[in-house]
Amino acid sequence: MSTGIAPASGRTPTRPGMVPIGATRIGYEVKGYFRSPDTVFFTFLFPIIMLGIFTAAFSAAGDIQVAPGRDGISVGAYYLPGMLAAGMLLSGVQNLAVDIATEKGDGTLKRLGGTPLSPVSYFLGKIGQVFVTASLQAALLLLVSATLFGIAMPSTAEAWLTFAWIFVLGVATSALLGIALSAIPRSGRSATAVVIPIVLVLQFISGVYLRFNILPEWMQNLASVFPLKWMAQGMRSVFLPDAFKVLEQNGEWELGWVAFFLVAWLVIGLIVSRLTFRWIRRDA
Amino acid sequence: MDTTGTDAAVRIRGLRKVYGRLTAVDGIDLDIARGETFALLGPNGAGKTTVVEILEGYRHRTAGDVSVLGVDPAHGGLDWKARLGIVLQSATESGVYTVREQLAHFARFYPSPRDIDEVIAAVGLEAKARTRISKLSGGQRRRLDVALGIVGRPELLFLDEPTTGFDPEARREFWSLVRTLKAEGTTILLTTHYLDEAAQLGDRAGIILSGRLVDVGPVGTLGGADARVPIVRWRGPDGARHEVRTERPAELVASVVADLGGEPDGLEVIRPSLEDIYLQLVREAGADARDDEEALA
Repeated sequence: MSTGIAPASGRTPTRPGMVPIGATRIGYEVKGYFRSPDTVFFTFLFPIIMLGIFTAAFSAAGDIQVAPGRDGISVGAYYLPGMLAAGMLLSGVQNLAVDIATEKGDGTLKRLGGTPLSPVSYFLGKIGQVFVTASLQAALLLLVSATLFGIAMPSTAEAWLTFAWIFVLGVATSALLGIALSAIPRSGRSATAVVIPIVLVLQFISGVYLRFNILPEWMQNLASVFPLKWMAQGMRSVFLPDAFKVLEQNGEWELGWVAFFLVAWLVIGLIVSRLTFRWIRRDA
Repeated sequence: MDTTGTDAAVRIRGLRKVYGRLTAVDGIDLDIARGETFALLGPNGAGKTTVVEILEGYRHRTAGDVSVLGVDPAHGGLDWKARLGIVLQSATESGVYTVREQLAHFARFYPSPRDIDEVIAAVGLEAKARTRISKLSGGQRRRLDVALGIVGRPELLFLDEPTTGFDPEARREFWSLVRTLKAEGTTILLTTHYLDEAAQLGDRAGIILSGRLVDVGPVGTLGGADARVPIVRWRGPDGARHEVRTERPAELVASVVADLGGEPDGLEVIRPSLEDIYLQLVREAGADARDDEEALA
Protein backbone atom coordinates (compact mmCIF):
# COMPACT_ATOMS: atom_id res chain seq x y z
CA MET A 1 0.00 0.00 0.00
CA SER A 2 1.36 3.41 -0.90
CA THR A 3 2.07 6.21 1.52
CA GLY A 4 0.62 9.54 0.42
CA ILE A 5 -3.14 9.21 0.75
CA ALA A 6 -3.48 5.62 1.90
CA PRO A 7 -6.57 4.43 3.81
CA ALA A 8 -6.48 4.39 7.56
CA SER A 9 -6.83 0.63 7.99
CA GLY A 10 -4.63 -0.69 10.76
CA ARG A 11 -4.23 2.70 12.43
CA THR A 12 -6.76 4.05 14.87
CA PRO A 13 -6.08 7.73 15.52
CA THR A 14 -8.67 9.21 17.83
CA ARG A 15 -11.65 10.98 16.41
CA PRO A 16 -11.96 14.66 17.47
CA GLY A 17 -14.31 15.12 20.45
CA MET A 18 -17.93 16.26 20.28
CA VAL A 19 -17.28 19.58 21.98
CA PRO A 20 -14.32 20.76 19.85
CA ILE A 21 -16.27 19.86 16.71
CA GLY A 22 -19.33 21.61 18.15
CA ALA A 23 -17.20 24.73 18.63
CA THR A 24 -16.00 24.48 15.02
CA ARG A 25 -19.59 24.18 13.92
CA ILE A 26 -20.57 27.39 15.72
CA GLY A 27 -18.14 29.34 13.55
CA TYR A 28 -19.31 27.49 10.45
CA GLU A 29 -22.99 28.12 11.26
CA VAL A 30 -22.49 31.80 12.05
CA LYS A 31 -20.67 32.26 8.75
CA GLY A 32 -23.52 30.54 6.91
CA TYR A 33 -26.09 32.70 8.74
CA PHE A 34 -24.52 35.97 7.67
CA ARG A 35 -24.08 34.74 4.09
CA SER A 36 -27.83 34.14 3.72
CA PRO A 37 -29.51 37.44 2.80
CA ASP A 38 -33.01 36.20 3.73
CA THR A 39 -31.91 35.34 7.25
CA VAL A 40 -30.01 38.56 7.73
CA PHE A 41 -33.04 40.61 6.74
CA PHE A 42 -35.99 38.66 8.16
CA THR A 43 -34.34 37.45 11.34
CA PHE A 44 -31.34 39.61 12.19
CA LEU A 45 -32.36 43.11 11.13
CA PHE A 46 -36.14 42.69 11.40
CA PRO A 47 -36.63 43.87 15.04
CA ILE A 48 -34.41 46.91 14.41
CA ILE A 49 -36.30 47.82 11.27
CA MET A 50 -39.65 47.34 13.04
CA LEU A 51 -38.57 49.54 15.94
CA GLY A 52 -37.53 52.20 13.43
CA ILE A 53 -40.91 52.01 11.69
CA PHE A 54 -42.87 52.16 14.97
CA THR A 55 -40.83 55.14 16.16
CA ALA A 56 -41.32 56.98 12.88
CA ALA A 57 -45.00 56.11 12.53
CA PHE A 58 -46.32 56.73 16.04
CA SER A 59 -44.03 59.30 17.63
CA ALA A 60 -46.33 62.13 16.44
CA ALA A 61 -49.07 60.61 18.65
CA GLY A 62 -47.02 61.58 21.69
CA ASP A 63 -45.58 59.70 24.62
CA ILE A 64 -47.12 56.61 26.12
CA GLN A 65 -48.34 57.22 29.66
CA VAL A 66 -49.38 54.95 32.46
CA ALA A 67 -52.39 57.20 33.09
CA PRO A 68 -53.48 60.51 31.51
CA GLY A 69 -51.53 63.45 32.77
CA ARG A 70 -48.60 61.44 34.16
CA ASP A 71 -45.08 61.41 32.78
CA GLY A 72 -44.76 59.09 29.80
CA ILE A 73 -42.07 57.49 27.71
CA SER A 74 -41.51 57.67 23.97
CA VAL A 75 -43.11 55.14 21.62
CA GLY A 76 -39.66 53.78 20.82
CA ALA A 77 -38.84 53.30 24.51
CA TYR A 78 -42.16 51.51 25.04
CA TYR A 79 -41.68 49.09 22.14
CA LEU A 80 -37.96 48.35 22.67
CA PRO A 81 -38.57 45.50 25.20
CA GLY A 82 -41.03 43.85 22.80
CA MET A 83 -38.54 44.08 19.93
CA LEU A 84 -35.82 42.52 22.11
CA ALA A 85 -38.21 39.66 22.87
CA ALA A 86 -39.12 39.35 19.18
CA GLY A 87 -35.42 39.21 18.30
CA MET A 88 -34.92 36.34 20.75
CA LEU A 89 -37.89 34.48 19.26
CA LEU A 90 -36.85 35.07 15.65
CA SER A 91 -33.19 34.16 16.25
CA GLY A 92 -34.21 30.92 17.90
CA VAL A 93 -37.57 29.66 16.70
CA GLN A 94 -37.88 31.16 13.21
CA ASN A 95 -34.21 30.85 12.33
CA LEU A 96 -33.65 27.27 13.48
CA ALA A 97 -37.03 25.84 12.52
CA VAL A 98 -36.65 27.08 8.93
CA ASP A 99 -32.92 26.34 8.79
CA ILE A 100 -33.11 22.75 10.03
CA ALA A 101 -36.23 21.92 8.00
CA THR A 102 -34.46 23.27 4.91
CA GLU A 103 -31.34 21.23 5.70
CA LYS A 104 -33.53 18.16 6.05
CA GLY A 105 -35.14 18.88 2.68
CA ASP A 106 -32.04 19.65 0.64
CA GLY A 107 -29.93 16.67 1.70
CA THR A 108 -27.59 18.51 4.08
CA LEU A 109 -28.68 16.41 7.05
CA LYS A 110 -28.52 13.18 5.11
CA ARG A 111 -24.95 13.96 4.12
CA LEU A 112 -24.00 14.87 7.69
CA GLY A 113 -25.69 11.69 8.92
CA GLY A 114 -23.25 9.70 6.79
CA THR A 115 -20.25 11.30 8.48
CA PRO A 116 -18.92 10.76 12.02
CA LEU A 117 -20.44 14.10 13.09
CA SER A 118 -22.31 13.61 16.36
CA PRO A 119 -25.82 15.07 16.57
CA VAL A 120 -24.62 16.66 19.82
CA SER A 121 -21.96 18.64 17.90
CA TYR A 122 -24.53 19.56 15.27
CA PHE A 123 -26.87 21.01 17.92
CA LEU A 124 -24.03 22.73 19.78
CA GLY A 125 -23.33 24.45 16.47
CA LYS A 126 -26.96 25.47 15.95
CA ILE A 127 -27.55 26.66 19.52
CA GLY A 128 -24.19 28.44 19.58
CA GLN A 129 -25.07 30.16 16.32
CA VAL A 130 -28.36 31.34 17.87
CA PHE A 131 -26.53 32.73 20.92
CA VAL A 132 -23.92 34.53 18.83
CA THR A 133 -26.41 36.05 16.39
CA ALA A 134 -29.05 36.88 19.03
CA SER A 135 -26.40 38.61 21.17
CA LEU A 136 -25.14 40.66 18.22
CA GLN A 137 -28.73 41.48 17.33
CA ALA A 138 -29.59 42.62 20.87
CA ALA A 139 -26.37 44.65 21.11
CA LEU A 140 -27.13 46.35 17.80
CA LEU A 141 -30.75 46.98 18.80
CA LEU A 142 -29.68 48.58 22.10
CA LEU A 143 -26.97 50.61 20.38
CA VAL A 144 -29.36 51.95 17.75
CA SER A 145 -32.01 52.64 20.44
CA ALA A 146 -29.59 54.58 22.63
CA THR A 147 -27.92 56.57 19.89
CA LEU A 148 -30.40 57.04 17.02
CA PHE A 149 -33.69 56.93 18.94
CA GLY A 150 -32.41 58.52 22.17
CA ILE A 151 -33.97 55.84 24.37
CA ALA A 152 -32.70 55.85 27.97
CA MET A 153 -30.96 52.63 29.08
CA PRO A 154 -31.30 51.11 32.56
CA SER A 155 -28.63 52.36 34.91
CA THR A 156 -28.64 49.77 37.69
CA ALA A 157 -26.61 46.59 37.76
CA GLU A 158 -29.70 44.79 39.04
CA ALA A 159 -31.65 45.68 35.89
CA TRP A 160 -28.84 44.42 33.65
CA LEU A 161 -28.60 41.22 35.65
CA THR A 162 -32.33 40.67 35.11
CA PHE A 163 -31.79 41.41 31.41
CA ALA A 164 -28.97 38.84 31.29
CA TRP A 165 -30.89 35.92 32.77
CA ILE A 166 -34.05 36.60 30.78
CA PHE A 167 -32.00 36.91 27.61
CA VAL A 168 -29.97 33.73 28.16
CA LEU A 169 -32.98 31.68 29.26
CA GLY A 170 -35.21 33.11 26.52
CA VAL A 171 -32.68 32.48 23.76
CA ALA A 172 -32.01 28.92 24.96
CA THR A 173 -35.75 28.23 25.07
CA SER A 174 -36.27 29.74 21.62
CA ALA A 175 -33.41 27.72 20.15
CA LEU A 176 -34.79 24.42 21.50
CA LEU A 177 -38.32 25.27 20.37
CA GLY A 178 -36.91 26.04 16.92
CA ILE A 179 -35.29 22.61 16.79
CA ALA A 180 -38.55 21.01 17.96
CA LEU A 181 -40.64 22.94 15.42
CA SER A 182 -38.32 21.95 12.55
CA ALA A 183 -39.87 18.46 12.68
CA ILE A 184 -43.26 19.74 11.45
CA PRO A 185 -42.71 21.03 7.87
CA ARG A 186 -43.05 18.16 5.39
CA SER A 187 -40.47 19.67 3.04
CA GLY A 188 -37.82 22.33 3.01
CA ARG A 189 -39.88 24.46 0.69
CA SER A 190 -42.88 24.51 3.03
CA ALA A 191 -40.73 25.43 6.03
CA THR A 192 -41.26 29.19 5.89
CA ALA A 193 -44.97 28.73 5.16
CA VAL A 194 -45.37 26.64 8.31
CA VAL A 195 -43.07 28.54 10.65
CA ILE A 196 -43.61 32.22 9.85
CA PRO A 197 -47.37 32.34 10.55
CA ILE A 198 -46.83 30.73 13.98
CA VAL A 199 -44.12 33.22 14.86
CA LEU A 200 -46.09 36.15 13.47
CA VAL A 201 -49.32 35.34 15.34
CA LEU A 202 -47.36 34.91 18.57
CA GLN A 203 -45.80 38.33 18.10
CA PHE A 204 -49.20 39.97 17.60
CA ILE A 205 -50.85 38.39 20.64
CA SER A 206 -47.84 38.63 22.97
CA GLY A 207 -47.40 42.39 23.11
CA VAL A 208 -44.62 42.83 20.57
CA TYR A 209 -46.42 44.94 17.95
CA LEU A 210 -49.62 45.70 19.86
CA ARG A 211 -49.62 47.05 23.42
CA PHE A 212 -50.36 44.03 25.59
CA ASN A 213 -52.60 45.98 28.00
CA ILE A 214 -55.06 46.97 25.26
CA LEU A 215 -55.61 43.36 24.09
CA PRO A 216 -58.82 41.56 25.16
CA GLU A 217 -58.44 39.40 28.23
CA TRP A 218 -58.99 36.10 26.41
CA MET A 219 -56.11 36.96 24.07
CA GLN A 220 -53.91 37.89 27.01
CA ASN A 221 -54.73 34.56 28.63
CA LEU A 222 -54.00 32.69 25.43
CA ALA A 223 -50.67 34.49 24.98
CA SER A 224 -49.77 33.69 28.59
CA VAL A 225 -49.52 30.01 27.69
CA PHE A 226 -46.66 30.73 25.28
CA PRO A 227 -43.14 31.89 26.09
CA LEU A 228 -43.02 35.10 24.03
CA LYS A 229 -45.44 36.98 26.30
CA TRP A 230 -43.17 36.21 29.26
CA MET A 231 -40.01 37.25 27.43
CA ALA A 232 -41.64 40.56 26.49
CA GLN A 233 -42.96 41.10 30.02
CA GLY A 234 -39.56 40.32 31.51
CA MET A 235 -37.89 42.78 29.14
CA ARG A 236 -40.46 45.46 29.99
CA SER A 237 -39.51 45.01 33.65
CA VAL A 238 -35.93 45.87 32.69
CA PHE A 239 -36.50 48.79 30.29
CA LEU A 240 -39.74 50.48 31.41
CA PRO A 241 -40.12 52.65 34.50
CA ASP A 242 -41.33 50.65 37.49
CA ALA A 243 -44.64 52.55 37.45
CA PHE A 244 -45.54 50.79 34.18
CA LYS A 245 -46.07 47.50 35.97
CA VAL A 246 -49.64 48.59 36.67
CA LEU A 247 -50.31 48.01 32.94
CA GLU A 248 -49.42 44.33 33.22
CA GLN A 249 -52.24 41.84 33.45
CA ASN A 250 -51.79 41.34 37.19
CA GLY A 251 -50.22 44.73 37.94
CA GLU A 252 -46.84 43.12 38.66
CA TRP A 253 -43.75 42.17 36.63
CA GLU A 254 -44.06 38.57 37.85
CA LEU A 255 -40.43 37.61 37.16
CA GLY A 256 -40.99 34.31 38.95
CA TRP A 257 -43.61 33.35 36.38
CA VAL A 258 -41.31 34.56 33.59
CA ALA A 259 -38.66 32.10 34.79
CA PHE A 260 -41.23 29.35 35.28
CA PHE A 261 -42.74 29.58 31.79
CA LEU A 262 -39.38 29.90 30.06
CA VAL A 263 -37.96 26.88 31.88
CA ALA A 264 -41.14 24.88 31.21
CA TRP A 265 -40.93 25.62 27.46
CA LEU A 266 -37.20 24.88 27.52
CA VAL A 267 -37.92 21.42 28.90
CA ILE A 268 -40.73 20.85 26.38
CA GLY A 269 -38.43 21.94 23.55
CA LEU A 270 -35.67 19.65 24.78
CA ILE A 271 -37.95 16.61 25.05
CA VAL A 272 -39.63 17.15 21.67
CA SER A 273 -36.26 17.76 19.98
CA ARG A 274 -34.82 14.62 21.51
CA LEU A 275 -37.82 12.53 20.42
CA THR A 276 -38.29 13.87 16.90
CA PHE A 277 -34.84 14.63 15.51
CA ARG A 278 -33.59 12.30 12.78
CA TRP A 279 -30.84 12.86 10.24
CA ILE A 280 -33.31 11.56 7.64
CA ARG A 281 -37.00 10.72 7.63
CA ARG A 282 -37.47 7.18 8.88
CA ASP A 283 -38.77 4.78 6.29
CA ALA A 284 -41.51 2.21 6.82
CA MET B 1 -11.04 -13.73 -6.12
CA ASP B 2 -11.79 -15.23 -2.71
CA THR B 3 -14.70 -13.38 -1.26
CA THR B 4 -15.91 -15.95 1.23
CA GLY B 5 -13.35 -15.11 3.92
CA THR B 6 -14.44 -13.60 7.19
CA ASP B 7 -12.49 -10.45 6.34
CA ALA B 8 -14.99 -9.37 3.69
CA ALA B 9 -15.63 -5.61 3.66
CA VAL B 10 -19.32 -6.26 3.04
CA ARG B 11 -21.21 -9.44 3.84
CA ILE B 12 -24.92 -9.77 3.02
CA ARG B 13 -27.09 -12.84 3.72
CA GLY B 14 -30.78 -13.15 2.90
CA LEU B 15 -31.35 -9.40 2.82
CA ARG B 16 -34.99 -8.36 2.45
CA LYS B 17 -36.66 -4.96 2.58
CA VAL B 18 -40.42 -4.59 2.42
CA TYR B 19 -42.23 -1.25 2.20
CA GLY B 20 -45.89 -1.94 2.95
CA ARG B 21 -46.93 -4.27 0.13
CA LEU B 22 -43.87 -3.60 -2.02
CA THR B 23 -40.88 -5.91 -1.70
CA ALA B 24 -37.98 -3.69 -2.73
CA VAL B 25 -35.21 -6.18 -1.88
CA ASP B 26 -36.09 -9.84 -2.09
CA GLY B 27 -33.38 -12.07 -0.66
CA ILE B 28 -29.87 -10.93 -1.59
CA ASP B 29 -26.61 -12.69 -0.70
CA LEU B 30 -23.35 -10.96 -1.52
CA ASP B 31 -19.77 -10.63 -0.33
CA ILE B 32 -17.42 -7.84 -1.29
CA ALA B 33 -13.76 -8.42 -0.49
CA ARG B 34 -11.50 -5.78 1.02
CA GLY B 35 -9.84 -3.77 -1.72
CA GLU B 36 -12.35 -4.88 -4.31
CA THR B 37 -14.29 -2.53 -6.58
CA PHE B 38 -17.80 -3.91 -6.97
CA ALA B 39 -20.31 -2.44 -9.41
CA LEU B 40 -24.00 -2.87 -8.72
CA LEU B 41 -26.00 -2.57 -11.93
CA GLY B 42 -29.70 -2.37 -12.49
CA PRO B 43 -32.51 -0.24 -13.89
CA ASN B 44 -34.14 2.52 -11.84
CA GLY B 45 -36.39 1.07 -9.16
CA ALA B 46 -34.64 -2.30 -9.12
CA GLY B 47 -33.54 -1.87 -5.51
CA LYS B 48 -29.92 -0.70 -5.92
CA THR B 49 -30.25 2.40 -3.77
CA THR B 50 -32.27 0.56 -1.10
CA VAL B 51 -29.50 -2.06 -0.76
CA VAL B 52 -26.79 0.60 -0.62
CA GLU B 53 -28.67 2.74 1.91
CA ILE B 54 -29.13 -0.31 4.16
CA LEU B 55 -25.36 -0.86 4.00
CA GLU B 56 -24.73 2.82 4.75
CA GLY B 57 -26.97 2.66 7.83
CA TYR B 58 -29.64 5.01 6.48
CA ARG B 59 -32.38 2.38 6.24
CA HIS B 60 -33.39 -0.53 8.41
CA ARG B 61 -33.74 -3.93 6.83
CA THR B 62 -36.80 -6.15 7.13
CA ALA B 63 -34.81 -9.39 7.35
CA GLY B 64 -31.37 -10.87 6.79
CA ASP B 65 -27.85 -10.41 8.11
CA VAL B 66 -25.59 -7.56 7.06
CA SER B 67 -22.06 -6.76 8.10
CA VAL B 68 -20.14 -3.73 6.82
CA LEU B 69 -16.48 -3.56 7.93
CA GLY B 70 -17.43 -6.09 10.57
CA VAL B 71 -20.28 -3.98 12.00
CA ASP B 72 -24.06 -4.26 11.65
CA PRO B 73 -24.95 -0.97 9.94
CA ALA B 74 -28.23 -0.75 11.90
CA HIS B 75 -26.05 -0.20 14.98
CA GLY B 76 -23.04 1.52 13.42
CA GLY B 77 -21.61 4.20 15.69
CA LEU B 78 -19.55 7.25 14.87
CA ASP B 79 -16.25 5.34 14.86
CA TRP B 80 -17.73 3.04 12.22
CA LYS B 81 -18.98 6.00 10.17
CA ALA B 82 -15.48 7.49 10.30
CA ARG B 83 -14.28 4.51 8.22
CA LEU B 84 -16.87 5.03 5.48
CA GLY B 85 -17.10 7.49 2.64
CA ILE B 86 -20.58 8.06 1.27
CA VAL B 87 -21.33 9.81 -2.01
CA LEU B 88 -25.10 10.08 -2.20
CA GLN B 89 -27.13 10.34 -5.36
CA SER B 90 -27.93 14.00 -5.11
CA ALA B 91 -27.63 16.82 -2.67
CA THR B 92 -28.77 20.38 -3.31
CA GLU B 93 -27.47 22.36 -0.37
CA SER B 94 -27.86 26.10 -0.49
CA GLY B 95 -24.11 26.32 -0.95
CA VAL B 96 -23.09 29.47 0.92
CA TYR B 97 -19.66 28.02 1.67
CA THR B 98 -16.72 27.81 -0.69
CA VAL B 99 -15.41 24.47 -1.93
CA ARG B 100 -12.35 24.77 0.29
CA GLU B 101 -14.31 25.85 3.38
CA GLN B 102 -16.73 22.94 3.00
CA LEU B 103 -13.96 20.37 2.58
CA ALA B 104 -11.89 21.78 5.44
CA HIS B 105 -14.97 21.68 7.66
CA PHE B 106 -15.88 18.08 6.82
CA ALA B 107 -12.25 17.02 7.26
CA ARG B 108 -12.53 18.09 10.92
CA PHE B 109 -14.98 15.25 11.64
CA TYR B 110 -12.46 12.51 10.83
CA PRO B 111 -9.54 11.11 12.81
CA SER B 112 -7.10 11.09 9.93
CA PRO B 113 -8.34 13.20 7.04
CA ARG B 114 -6.60 13.70 3.73
CA ASP B 115 -4.87 16.92 2.83
CA ILE B 116 -7.53 19.37 1.59
CA ASP B 117 -5.50 20.67 -1.35
CA GLU B 118 -4.66 17.14 -2.45
CA VAL B 119 -8.34 16.24 -2.47
CA ILE B 120 -9.28 19.39 -4.37
CA ALA B 121 -6.60 18.59 -6.95
CA ALA B 122 -7.69 14.94 -7.16
CA VAL B 123 -11.21 15.95 -8.21
CA GLY B 124 -9.96 18.74 -10.48
CA LEU B 125 -11.52 21.67 -8.62
CA GLU B 126 -8.32 23.72 -8.08
CA ALA B 127 -9.69 26.65 -10.07
CA LYS B 128 -12.92 26.59 -8.03
CA ALA B 129 -11.44 26.16 -4.54
CA ARG B 130 -12.49 29.67 -3.48
CA THR B 131 -15.82 29.62 -5.28
CA ARG B 132 -19.08 29.27 -3.37
CA ILE B 133 -20.81 25.93 -3.90
CA SER B 134 -23.95 27.66 -5.21
CA LYS B 135 -21.89 28.98 -8.14
CA LEU B 136 -20.68 25.54 -9.26
CA SER B 137 -22.03 23.71 -12.31
CA GLY B 138 -23.81 20.38 -11.83
CA GLY B 139 -20.72 18.40 -12.76
CA GLN B 140 -18.52 20.47 -10.45
CA ARG B 141 -20.96 19.93 -7.57
CA ARG B 142 -20.79 16.20 -8.23
CA ARG B 143 -17.00 16.33 -8.03
CA LEU B 144 -17.30 18.15 -4.71
CA ASP B 145 -19.67 15.37 -3.52
CA VAL B 146 -16.95 12.86 -4.36
CA ALA B 147 -14.32 15.03 -2.65
CA LEU B 148 -16.46 15.16 0.52
CA GLY B 149 -16.82 11.38 0.31
CA ILE B 150 -13.07 10.74 0.24
CA VAL B 151 -11.75 13.51 2.50
CA GLY B 152 -12.04 11.26 5.56
CA ARG B 153 -9.73 8.64 3.99
CA PRO B 154 -12.41 5.91 3.96
CA GLU B 155 -11.71 2.20 4.00
CA LEU B 156 -14.99 1.63 2.18
CA LEU B 157 -16.33 4.13 -0.33
CA PHE B 158 -19.94 4.11 -1.55
CA LEU B 159 -20.46 5.81 -4.90
CA ASP B 160 -24.15 6.05 -5.84
CA GLU B 161 -24.37 6.92 -9.55
CA PRO B 162 -21.36 9.20 -9.24
CA THR B 163 -21.00 10.33 -12.85
CA THR B 164 -24.61 11.10 -13.74
CA GLY B 165 -24.50 14.40 -15.62
CA PHE B 166 -20.77 14.26 -16.38
CA ASP B 167 -19.46 14.98 -19.86
CA PRO B 168 -17.31 12.21 -21.38
CA GLU B 169 -14.04 13.88 -20.45
CA ALA B 170 -15.10 14.45 -16.85
CA ARG B 171 -16.19 10.82 -16.66
CA ARG B 172 -12.76 9.61 -17.81
CA GLU B 173 -11.06 11.85 -15.24
CA PHE B 174 -13.36 10.50 -12.57
CA TRP B 175 -12.55 6.93 -13.56
CA SER B 176 -8.86 7.61 -13.16
CA LEU B 177 -9.52 9.05 -9.68
CA VAL B 178 -11.42 5.89 -8.73
CA ARG B 179 -8.51 3.76 -9.99
CA THR B 180 -6.13 5.79 -7.81
CA LEU B 181 -8.32 5.18 -4.76
CA LYS B 182 -8.50 1.50 -5.61
CA ALA B 183 -4.72 1.30 -5.99
CA GLU B 184 -4.46 2.69 -2.46
CA GLY B 185 -6.52 -0.20 -1.15
CA THR B 186 -9.94 1.45 -0.81
CA THR B 187 -12.88 -0.92 -1.14
CA ILE B 188 -15.44 0.63 -3.47
CA LEU B 189 -19.11 -0.14 -3.96
CA LEU B 190 -20.32 1.62 -7.06
CA THR B 191 -23.89 1.74 -8.29
CA THR B 192 -24.39 2.88 -11.83
CA HIS B 193 -26.53 2.40 -14.85
CA TYR B 194 -23.63 3.08 -17.17
CA LEU B 195 -22.38 -0.33 -18.20
CA ASP B 196 -19.15 1.03 -19.61
CA GLU B 197 -18.45 2.49 -16.18
CA ALA B 198 -18.97 -0.90 -14.54
CA ALA B 199 -16.74 -2.51 -17.17
CA GLN B 200 -14.03 0.12 -16.71
CA LEU B 201 -13.93 0.11 -12.91
CA GLY B 202 -15.48 -3.04 -11.50
CA ASP B 203 -13.47 -6.09 -10.50
CA ARG B 204 -16.84 -7.74 -10.27
CA ALA B 205 -20.36 -6.63 -10.98
CA GLY B 206 -23.79 -7.71 -9.87
CA ILE B 207 -27.03 -7.16 -11.71
CA ILE B 208 -30.04 -6.42 -9.54
CA LEU B 209 -33.52 -6.74 -11.02
CA SER B 210 -36.81 -6.49 -9.09
CA GLY B 211 -34.94 -6.72 -5.80
CA ARG B 212 -33.02 -9.87 -6.68
CA LEU B 213 -29.39 -10.29 -7.63
CA VAL B 214 -29.77 -12.16 -10.91
CA ASP B 215 -26.08 -12.47 -11.71
CA VAL B 216 -22.76 -11.78 -9.99
CA GLY B 217 -19.27 -12.22 -11.32
CA PRO B 218 -16.29 -10.65 -13.01
CA VAL B 219 -17.60 -8.17 -15.54
CA GLY B 220 -16.29 -10.38 -18.40
CA THR B 221 -18.41 -13.36 -17.33
CA LEU B 222 -21.81 -11.77 -16.61
CA GLY B 223 -24.69 -13.57 -18.27
CA GLY B 224 -22.64 -16.75 -18.65
CA ALA B 225 -20.50 -18.02 -21.50
CA ASP B 226 -23.49 -18.69 -23.77
CA ALA B 227 -24.51 -15.04 -23.70
CA ARG B 228 -21.10 -14.11 -25.17
CA VAL B 229 -21.24 -16.42 -28.18
CA PRO B 230 -20.98 -14.25 -31.30
CA ILE B 231 -24.08 -13.78 -33.42
CA VAL B 232 -24.04 -13.85 -37.23
CA ARG B 233 -26.99 -12.25 -39.04
CA TRP B 234 -27.76 -11.97 -42.72
CA ARG B 235 -30.68 -11.89 -45.17
CA GLY B 236 -31.24 -14.69 -47.62
CA PRO B 237 -32.02 -14.14 -51.33
CA ASP B 238 -35.75 -14.51 -50.45
CA GLY B 239 -35.44 -11.70 -47.90
CA ALA B 240 -35.74 -14.08 -44.89
CA ARG B 241 -33.60 -13.05 -41.90
CA HIS B 242 -31.14 -15.53 -40.49
CA GLU B 243 -29.50 -15.35 -37.07
CA VAL B 244 -27.04 -17.97 -35.87
CA ARG B 245 -24.95 -18.07 -32.70
CA THR B 246 -21.55 -19.62 -33.26
CA GLU B 247 -18.10 -19.76 -31.71
CA ARG B 248 -16.64 -19.79 -35.26
CA PRO B 249 -18.28 -16.85 -37.02
CA ALA B 250 -15.67 -16.52 -39.80
CA GLU B 251 -16.18 -20.16 -40.78
CA LEU B 252 -19.96 -19.66 -40.86
CA VAL B 253 -19.67 -16.50 -42.97
CA ALA B 254 -17.38 -18.35 -45.43
CA SER B 255 -19.89 -21.16 -45.78
CA VAL B 256 -22.78 -18.72 -46.25
CA VAL B 257 -20.80 -16.94 -48.99
CA ALA B 258 -20.05 -20.29 -50.64
CA ASP B 259 -23.72 -21.34 -50.49
CA LEU B 260 -25.00 -18.07 -51.91
CA GLY B 261 -22.20 -17.83 -54.43
CA GLY B 262 -21.66 -14.21 -53.44
CA GLU B 263 -21.97 -11.48 -50.82
CA PRO B 264 -24.98 -11.95 -48.43
CA ASP B 265 -27.26 -8.98 -47.79
CA GLY B 266 -27.19 -7.24 -44.41
CA LEU B 267 -24.33 -9.30 -43.00
CA GLU B 268 -23.45 -8.62 -39.37
CA VAL B 269 -21.11 -10.36 -36.96
CA ILE B 270 -21.85 -9.29 -33.41
CA ARG B 271 -19.93 -10.00 -30.21
CA PRO B 272 -22.53 -9.25 -27.52
CA SER B 273 -21.35 -6.31 -25.42
CA LEU B 274 -21.97 -6.05 -21.70
CA GLU B 275 -24.85 -3.79 -22.63
CA ASP B 276 -26.42 -6.42 -24.93
CA ILE B 277 -26.06 -9.06 -22.22
CA TYR B 278 -27.48 -6.74 -19.59
CA LEU B 279 -30.47 -5.78 -21.73
CA GLN B 280 -31.09 -9.46 -22.47
CA LEU B 281 -31.13 -10.20 -18.72
CA VAL B 282 -33.48 -7.28 -18.06
CA ARG B 283 -35.82 -8.52 -20.82
CA GLU B 284 -35.80 -12.05 -19.44
CA ALA B 285 -36.46 -10.82 -15.92
CA GLY B 286 -39.34 -8.70 -17.23
CA ALA B 287 -40.78 -11.78 -18.94
CA ASP B 288 -40.36 -13.83 -15.74
CA ALA B 289 -42.08 -11.14 -13.70
CA ARG B 290 -45.01 -11.15 -16.13
CA ASP B 291 -45.17 -14.95 -15.94
CA ASP B 292 -45.23 -14.73 -12.15
CA GLU B 293 -48.07 -12.21 -12.25
CA GLU B 294 -50.04 -14.38 -14.65
CA ALA B 295 -49.45 -17.43 -12.48
CA LEU B 296 -50.75 -15.49 -9.48
CA ALA B 297 -53.78 -14.14 -11.35
